[in-house]
This record gives sequence, C-alpha cells and structure tokens, in this order.
Amino acid sequence: MEFLQPPTWREALEARAAHPDALPIWGGTDVMVELNFARKRPPALLDLTRVSELSRWDVEDGGVRIGAGVSYTRVIDELGDRLPGLAMASRTVGSPQIRNRGTIGGNLGSSSPAGDALPPLFATGAFVDVASARGERRVPVEEFVVGPKRNALADDELIAGVWLPLRAGSAQQFAKVGTRNAMVIAVCSFALDVSDGRVGTCIGSAGPTPIRAREAEAFAEGLDSWSEDAGREFGDLVAMAASPIDDVRGTAAYRRHALSVLARRTLKWALCG
Amino acid sequence: MRLTCTINGEPREVDGLWEGESLLYVLRERLALPGSKNACEQGECGSCSVYLDGVLVCSCLVAAGQAEGREVVTVEGLAPSEDELHPVQTAFVEAGAVQCGFCTPGLIVATHDLLARVPNPTDAEIREALAGNLCRCTGYEKILDAVRLAAAS
Repeated sequence: MEFLQPPTWREALEARAAHPDALPIWGGTDVMVELNFARKRPPALLDLTRVSELSRWDVEDGGVRIGAGVSYTRVIDELGDRLPGLAMASRTVGSPQIRNRGTIGGNLGSSSPAGDALPPLFATGAFVDVASARGERRVPVEEFVVGPKRNALADDELIAGVWLPLRAGSAQQFAKVGTRNAMVIAVCSFALDVSDGRVGTCIGSAGPTPIRAREAEAFAEGLDSWSEDAGREFGDLVAMAASPIDDVRGTAAYRRHALSVLARRTLKWALCG
Repeated sequence: MRLTCTINGEPREVDGLWEGESLLYVLRERLALPGSKNACEQGECGSCSVYLDGVLVCSCLVAAGQAEGREVVTVEGLAPSEDELHPVQTAFVEAGAVQCGFCTPGLIVATHDLLARVPNPTDAEIREALAGNLCRCTGYEKILDAVRLAAAS
C-alpha cells in the first residue's frame, strides 16, 4: 500500500489522477474501519488532511460553502446559526470523538443511505463541488448520490466541498430515530427546510439513497398554517415517499410509521416555532 | 513507511510501518504505550481515545501517517510525573469508577477533554461528552460521580 499525503489541492488532484484506485481519507471514521477489519485493501490511501483549503467554510453566492474537510464538530460550533438543519443532524452523529474527525465531505464520499448529514443537504437543495485535474463541476446533491454507497464521482475526481443556499426566514429541522441518543446508525431520519414559498424535505435511511418527498413538499407549500390534520396528511405523504426495507435496525413498516411521526413533528416545530 | 511525531511531549520516530495501520497500533505495538486500549477498532467504544493536536479522537480511526508531524497525547501523558496521578485519575479511583479498568484510560482522556472545555459540566453535558466511551462493568453511575468529583477538585 502507498500512503499519499499531498500538501496542496493541486497536488491532491494530480495524485488522484495518477492513482485512481487510491482511497481518499480525511477523518477515517469510515475508511479506517474498512482497513482495520480487512474489508478493503486499496493500493493507496490518499490523505487529504494536509490540504488546508478543505478545512475552510465561507459565505459566498448567497449560501455557505463548506470544504470537504470540515468536521461535524465545526459545523455544530461554527455554523449552527446559519445552517441549523445541518448542525442538528451533525449533533446526532456518533460521539464527540467521531464528530471531531468525521467530515461532511466524508459523508458524501461514503454516500451511505444512513449518512446523517445527507438529508439536510437534500432538503435545502445543496450542490456538491467536485474537482479533478481536468476542472471543476458543481453537482446537485440529488444527482451526486446515485445508489447505496455509490456516487457520481469519476475515478479522477475528489469532493472539494458542498454549497448550501441561505434563504431568509428558513426554518430547518432534523429528527432521527435510533436505539440510543449517541453512537447510533439511523433507523430512519427526516430533514425539513421551510422558507417563504418553498418546502424542502428528505427521508434518510429508508431507501437506497436519501429521498425527497416531493408530494409532501407540494402539500406543505400550499399550507397557510399548522393544523393537526395537515400534520397527519404531511406525515402520510412522507411515509408513502419512503422506500424502506426490513433489516437488523428495523422493519419497513416501522420505518414508514416512524417517518410519518417525524414528519408531522418537524412540520409543527417549523411552522409553530 | 516512517512516522515522525511528538508523543506525550517527546519527539518519536518509528520505522517500518504498514501504510494502512492505525495510530493505535503504532502506540501499542511499536511504541510500548499500551494505555490506549484496543477493543472495537471501529470508533464505537472510545477505549483508544487520545489527543491529536489537542483534539479528542479515537486513535483506531487515525491512519498512522496522518499523525506525521502532529502532537499526540495519550493517557500516559496526562499525569504530572511517574509518582503522581492527574486529578481526573485520582477522582476515578476515589469514586470507585474503575472496575475491570479496560474502559478507564479512554474515559480519563475524554473526561480530561470535557473539563478542559467545560470546567463545571451539567449532568447532561457529562453524558453527552462520554457518550462515545463504553463501560460494561460500572453502569456509569460511579463514572458520573468521578467526573463531578474531578470538576469539583
């Protein structure tokens, strides 16, 4: 195995082009588990922790651009005011040790249907910045995640960061079901982003990818105010949009029911403050 | 592969590493620092907790090469001398928070980190800070007592 540790982004992209089989690593919270359990033996590790610009976030183009190497802890501490949905989701990731190392870029790279940071990115309509020595492109996050643990990255591309729009008066919520309050992979989760005239949603961990509940969004966009009936209808529409399976963490039927509850609750929180 | 870094304040150099091994493996198997425990190897149990450049991490999830040029502090580096315990360690002993002892080093480092950030934590803050450290003996009550005692001392 080779250990590649480029000091700059340009050299990282060149290393990626020269080693398309290299496994990128930042926080290691997914990658090192694969190595420790001998599930993966990539020909090279591409350590991106020395590329300083990956650890930056900036307010730009009416949104926030977060470098791929920004940890969950930093999202919580530094972006909780601007991106409350993503910060809430980040707070449910693992433990302090995991949040200190795990990154938004890594969650995108893993593209797990249970990735906690993904539903807020989908709900808010985020874009993923990917780059190679050939150039850069900005991909809607819904087109980036293409299947369970599969994404649209080409062999020579790396995730540079993610851009999330900032909308005036946006009320964001995130809720997750698990067996305890920490160190838990989501049984299911739900993200909601309500702003003037727009409702974004996303179901996590109940389908091959995170899923936006389009009909529920259209229904909620037509609401004038909160009512219990509207909340139930919204919950039902979200549950119908899910595509869950039975697995060790829960049954499909449980996930659908739990999602209807999470959707109803988060809509109430978002509309009633 | 060669790794050069600072461990518990001392410059260290290790040769012949496998590129995919963890910082935990380097500490335990190559540097004779077995305080950080090896249990789950997947970041679930916290028994390998160390500081990497002042940040609390699971050393099993840090690739050895990622520590190049960095400062690592392990549980062995917290006490002021060979003959003295750190106040957090003393509190764990006095509160009876140690049974089999396997989780203790990780809990000591995690508590040390918590109290450095939040000198007088609430119970909720203690629970959240220690959520990544598993203990199968104590039921955690005496561990919470130890953290409260350490905060008061």
